[in-house]
Amino acid sequence: MIKTMEKTDIKSSVNEIRKDFPILNRKVNGRPLVYFDNAATSQKPSSVINEMRRYFEEYNANVHRVGHALGQEASLAYEQAREKIALFMNAKSSKEIIFTANATESVNLVAWTWGRDNIKENDEIIVSIMEHHSNFICWQQLAKEKKAILKIVDITDSYELDMQQFEQMLSDKTKLVAITSMSNVLGTINPVKKIAELTHKYGAKILVDASQSVVQMKTDVQDFDCDWLVFTGHKICGPTGIGVLYGKYDILKEMPPFMMGGGMITTVSIADSEWEMPPQRFEAGTPRISEAIGLGIAIDYINNLGVDNIRAYEEELTSYMIKQLLEIEGLTIYGPLDMEKRGATIAFSIKGIHPHDLGTLLDELGIAIRIGHHCAMPLHQRLAVDKTMRASLYFYNTFEEIDYFIQSLKKSVKIFQKFL
Amino acid sequence: MIKLQSIDQIQDEIIEEFEEFSDWEEKYSYLIEQGVELPKIDANCKVKDNLVMGCQSQVWLIPDYDKKNQVMLFKADSDSMIVKGLISLLLRMYSEQKPEDILSTELYVFEQIGLKGHLSPSRANGLSAMIRDIKKFSFAFNNNSNN
Ligand SMILES: Cc1ncc(COP(=O)(O)O)c(C=O)c1O
Repeated sequence: MIKTMEKTDIKSSVNEIRKDFPILNRKVNGRPLVYFDNAATSQKPSSVINEMRRYFEEYNANVHRVGHALGQEASLAYEQAREKIALFMNAKSSKEIIFTANATESVNLVAWTWGRDNIKENDEIIVSIMEHHSNFICWQQLAKEKKAILKIVDITDSYELDMQQFEQMLSDKTKLVAITSMSNVLGTINPVKKIAELTHKYGAKILVDASQSVVQMKTDVQDFDCDWLVFTGHKICGPTGIGVLYGKYDILKEMPPFMMGGGMITTVSIADSEWEMPPQRFEAGTPRISEAIGLGIAIDYINNLGVDNIRAYEEELTSYMIKQLLEIEGLTIYGPLDMEKRGATIAFSIKGIHPHDLGTLLDELGIAIRIGHHCAMPLHQRLAVDKTMRASLYFYNTFEEIDYFIQSLKKSVKIFQKFL
Repeated sequence: MIKLQSIDQIQDEIIEEFEEFSDWEEKYSYLIEQGVELPKIDANCKVKDNLVMGCQSQVWLIPDYDKKNQVMLFKADSDSMIVKGLISLLLRMYSEQKPEDILSTELYVFEQIGLKGHLSPSRANGLSAMIRDIKKFSFAFNNNSNN
């Protein structure tokens, strides 16, 4: 395991860091794996894998309602994970952290509890055109159910959120703003602190989808002053099957349960039931114990590297990659070119060549990028493209990998261009 | 029209052609070239009804049955060059063949020419979906012509 990082140390220790991720040794089609699909899911360090294994081998038990030693150990580890996450995002208390299955469930939880209770006919919900489906469909359907209005903030020509339009959209009718802090396609960083400030002026609430930004930028829920923030564990070195919903405690307290069953009640009689306080109220049934513990270890790993260090290194990688991509004829990048305004996800297309065709050849060369609409169909409709290619970088990627990627991309393009 | 060669003979012929290529670039260039040479289908055939389900790129497959010769006829197209290449191989093997032969022949060509990965059902190009549809249509025409 690498030791605690000094400032901007990742570049010089990336080969050490890579050793923490066993999968990066893999070969694909006889070539070393180049994993550039990190926006879809990140790889996992040994520390996470080992702790999850250790849980099952040494202290597997159900949590909360078990008096025996194993149960106590498991409960402690589960609650420690919650503490770590609270600290990581600077929540006031770990009671504000709810474990869910993923970001999608976190958004659904808010939509179908708070949303159903509070959104009324003619109320307005504002989302952006760059939302991932998991922060879009819920609000679209809730608006339909309630005869409320869904408003959609556009992007500018430089692929940034149109803040002017957003400000004009806000009014006393606005009840909720649900927005991503970083687009999973464009890479665009949205000014969530500013958005929250404007939103609160109108007494509306704001939910931030931090699924992409959480491992690339500092997340500080008190500084953002957001009412809810969601992210998914598997993009931040954690396992699949675990997500997080942060909510201000006063708001969580007023929300009804999303799912009902064991673990979320104080009393149950034949006639009625009474709910636990948050977070238990929202964690019905046996929770995702091993996954939460794994996520806690992932947070340790990220803290150890330092989010600011990660951001600095990824900015360098991204800028290096973008510069070379732009040299390829017919290539369009969908996203800001200003490094300050973007993360490490780069969506692009090449004129005349089907994205799947390029993806196929790159796969042949051991390179994993993503082809498709990346769960952002409204955005692709706005961009007037069916599908894009998306390369998304992570702190374990290297400049050499980018060189190999660019070289492979050029080679592949040449094969198709012969026939154009 | 009826093909003189059996499906297996064509498979063997394709394998022989691909044996000449030593690297992936030549292999894919050849595959793409085969696709480029595929006869174009009419724009009015590119409709939803003719789309092969389960392909991430668009693939149109139009089956027909030649009653006189009792063979299947296929036309197909795609917006992806690689998929078109794969289609050209499929049509070369399956078009103008008897439905019962299509149904009874095992495919080994893709494995032999190192494109087996394309057969995986989760693969974007949907080669396996195309083969499924070709067999489905052949099954339907086979049953009809037997009745
Ligand atoms: C911005 C954003 N939001 C939400 C999600 C959904 O994450 P999950 O599928 O784990 O719920 C993703 C990941 O695909 C994402 O990139």
